[in-house]
Amino acid sequence: MTPFDKAQGGPRDFPVIFDFSVPGRVGSSYPNPDVPDTPLEQLIPASQLRKEPAALPEVSELDVVRHYTRLSHRNFSIDEGFYPLGSCTMKYNPKIHEDAARLAGFARLHPYAPAEGAQGALRLICELEELLAEISGMDRVTFQPAAGAHGELTGLLMIRAYFETRGERRTKVIVPDSAHGTNPATAAMVGYQVVTVKSDARGNMDVRALREVMDGSVAAIMLTNPNTLGLFEEPILDVEEIVHHAGGQLYLDGANFNAVLGVTRPGDQGFDVMHMNLHKTFTTPHGGGGPGAGAVGVKAHLAPFLPVPVVERDGERFRLDDQRPQSIGKIRAFYGNFGNLVRAYAYIRSMGADGLRQVAETAVLNANYLLARLRSRFDLPYDRLCKHEFVLSGARQKRQHGVATRDMAKRMLDYGFHAPTIYFPLIVEEAIMIEPTETESKRTLDEFADAMLAIAREAQDDPEVVKTAPHSTPVKRLDEVRAARQPDLRWRAR
Amino acid sequence: MTPRGRGGNVTTGVERRTQHKYIPATDAEREEMLRTIGAASVEELFADIPSRVRLDRPLRLPPALSDPELMAQLRAMADANVHSDRAVCFLGAGAYDHYVPSVVWHLAGRGEFLTAYTPYQAELMQGELQAGYEYQSMLCEITGMGVANASMYDGASAAAEAAVMAKDLTGRGEVLVSTAVHPEYRQVIRTYTAPLGLRVTEIPYRHGLTDLDAVARALSPRTAAIIIQHPNFFGCLEDGAACAELAHRAGALLVCAVAEPLSLGILEPPGAWGADIVAGEGQPLGNHLNFGGPYLGMLAARQEFVRRIPGRLVGATVDAEGRRGFVLTLQTREQHIRREKASSNICTNEALLALAAAIYMASLGKAGFRKVSELNLRKAAYAREAIREIPKFGLAFEAPTFNEFVVRTPLAPEEINRRLLAAGILGGAPLGRWYPELSDAWLVCVTEQRTKAEIDRLVALLEGLR
Ligand SMILES: Cc1ncc(COP(=O)(O)O)c(C=O)c1O
Repeated sequence: MTPFDKAQGGPRDFPVIFDFSVPGRVGSSYPNPDVPDTPLEQLIPASQLRKEPAALPEVSELDVVRHYTRLSHRNFSIDEGFYPLGSCTMKYNPKIHEDAARLAGFARLHPYAPAEGAQGALRLICELEELLAEISGMDRVTFQPAAGAHGELTGLLMIRAYFETRGERRTKVIVPDSAHGTNPATAAMVGYQVVTVKSDARGNMDVRALREVMDGSVAAIMLTNPNTLGLFEEPILDVEEIVHHAGGQLYLDGANFNAVLGVTRPGDQGFDVMHMNLHKTFTTPHGGGGPGAGAVGVKAHLAPFLPVPVVERDGERFRLDDQRPQSIGKIRAFYGNFGNLVRAYAYIRSMGADGLRQVAETAVLNANYLLARLRSRFDLPYDRLCKHEFVLSGARQKRQHGVATRDMAKRMLDYGFHAPTIYFPLIVEEAIMIEPTETESKRTLDEFADAMLAIAREAQDDPEVVKTAPHSTPVKRLDEVRAARQPDLRWRAR
Repeated sequence: MTPRGRGGNVTTGVERRTQHKYIPATDAEREEMLRTIGAASVEELFADIPSRVRLDRPLRLPPALSDPELMAQLRAMADANVHSDRAVCFLGAGAYDHYVPSVVWHLAGRGEFLTAYTPYQAELMQGELQAGYEYQSMLCEITGMGVANASMYDGASAAAEAAVMAKDLTGRGEVLVSTAVHPEYRQVIRTYTAPLGLRVTEIPYRHGLTDLDAVARALSPRTAAIIIQHPNFFGCLEDGAACAELAHRAGALLVCAVAEPLSLGILEPPGAWGADIVAGEGQPLGNHLNFGGPYLGMLAARQEFVRRIPGRLVGATVDAEGRRGFVLTLQTREQHIRREKASSNICTNEALLALAAAIYMASLGKAGFRKVSELNLRKAAYAREAIREIPKFGLAFEAPTFNEFVVRTPLAPEEINRRLLAAGILGGAPLGRWYPELSDAWLVCVTEQRTKAEIDRLVALLEGLR
């Protein structure tokens, strides 16, 4: 029995909330007005009054509870099982963090509450900045970005402002061919031309190729380290030398920070600015696609450009400072995804220095263990020690048995696991990117490895079962082409 | 911190360690795993990191806390804040104190939703995907728009993305932004558009409303969009239809920011009067104040703009057996496919808050949504008329409002807030920090949460101010 049997919709379509709607039914309870019942037309011009009420469903409270509970059963979460999505750091999200973030003093605090009424929240932000500055080796940290990509935007905007104040016109940003799609997309949003540099045979940035393109027109290089192949950039010091020598800035995409906590600090590697995905390394739950929180750390020379406001400490008093004339401005309203800052703060305080180091060591141990167990049955394009994740290739299965990586990923679902990240990074054919994280036990890793090996055997002995997978999920393989050709993006009354 | 034999060096072999509850590996298992790998120590696994960049000391962090200690510390920090359960909140300005029905977070907070990733494996993630589809549907219903995405970061960044979208759709290089748009939204629009060479021209307000004569004068063949907020930052209701007509006559788009979507229970929706893009803040839809985040960026547009909308879109399709199912769709707009040619760099978004908003809207339903909206309108109107009558107080603007209004005060609003706070009331937002000409102006918000008794008490306190 798979975990999904209970949620199978059977032969029928699983209903949408609108299907339960019955005219006149209600699901909420609000008081009648305790203020005068003035006719609405006296409060608002008739032309502004809504003519047709919004066609929201008319359902009871139990309808709502049951529908969304059933939907939750048609989902897959870390709470339910192993989630080895490479690059996403799907580690356990502690329950105590949820209690902490929901304390009324945090959850019910208005962002414009006067500073004297927000000292606890401001202290938390300030202390979290101090903790992450130490962990990353950066001088200042902002928490305004809502996610990693938003952090990239913030970082590149600061770099752009930095060169503007120096009177330098630089037009390019270098991105390795293994980079995540957000890197080039961000560079374009900040008006930079993207120069792609290829990776070398060991999976490192190709230093010779970098030398060729690096000159005074390059504002920055965006590096991920460990990179998206799960490999530490061995020539990091050469890269640092080349980029800084030409006056460029080093940006770190810190999506993979989990691998090196307490082992090496990006600030000490020479990075000028980095983002940290608090929703990866620092356990804030992904929520099915967000909210995240992107913290951005900078060296002192970029600090004047941080988005406003920053939290400043005067002894034991805390205040918001938005009088920063060189700031890039604001990248969202208010101060960031504060609820996730509470969670990240709680995590760091509960781990301490020794705990964080164990995180990195165990994440790397787990990844190398899985790699050792799987390497004989899959192609391994870069055969080196990996860090917190590694990238296999399904090329052999594709070539020999016509079974694509996509098929094997779908088959993983039948075994009760989420699939690894697939087809990323783009430079690996039929890529399978596996990140176990430190919160998984050896038993879970073994079960997963056994499943991967079984699927490799199936690809050989019974390819059809893999190609038509999944077989035990609430729905069978979905027609993505149809979804894109005939977009149906909203429910309409029939 | 646990004392360690050898400073910050990577642990060798099976050195004894403190077992942490989030890290299951035991020393015996580590040893076994190292044997399988063929490594003598964990240290060996880090051999690829140049020694020059290794940290040769432990991180300087405060000692690790146990759970009870951690909770005590966090509770102390939370208790140092004046939150809206402790003080009576008349503060809005883009973040609203609404009642959140218990069902919302009992459901949205379920681990099955909370600890899932973006639905890359659709067959396994029908719950999240279907909730996204339902959210998109309900957002279209309340805004009157043809298509909505599955979420952006927040209202301000959604407005900025809408400006960029308008530039791409029209091929034009300037947006006209009303100064009656939330000041922080305007700041974010400037930050996003500056590097793209998109010019931002601010349009003054008059009597609390966007000055339509100024709009008409500023419109040109270069104008990509007019950006207004409705109800606007002062709480006033804009003449959206007139703005739409002006924009369309000049070949430009009308972007309408909505910071208070509960207004749409009672107000004619932007889609009905000609808005082309609606960008807004979904926090009022079942989310807590959270000191400013996480919030929910809402983005909706006319149907024909669907291929230019940034962010995730959930679409319905069928599975191999013909049953309805849901997938992320039209992904060729997005960064993971298009890289530097994508419509935005957004990846992680605010999916959980979109789910919460769907649950909230379903709970309120057709009648409840209107009722809550009406409660906001009536209570704010009552407060507005009462405050207007207080000697030396007055209204800054006479235009109709929803649940916020601007008061002229005889004392500095900051001073009034200090005195109110002492009486357990969180006063409105002083506007002088954004509008120097409004240094005696105070933006008061009254939601359905406020009772007549609380409003009367506020009025009495204001009357007693000296
Ligand atoms: C390597 C890398 N960079 C950037 C990002 C973007 O981060 P976010 O989704 O938080 O915007 C990701 C997320 O998947 C990533 O894996």
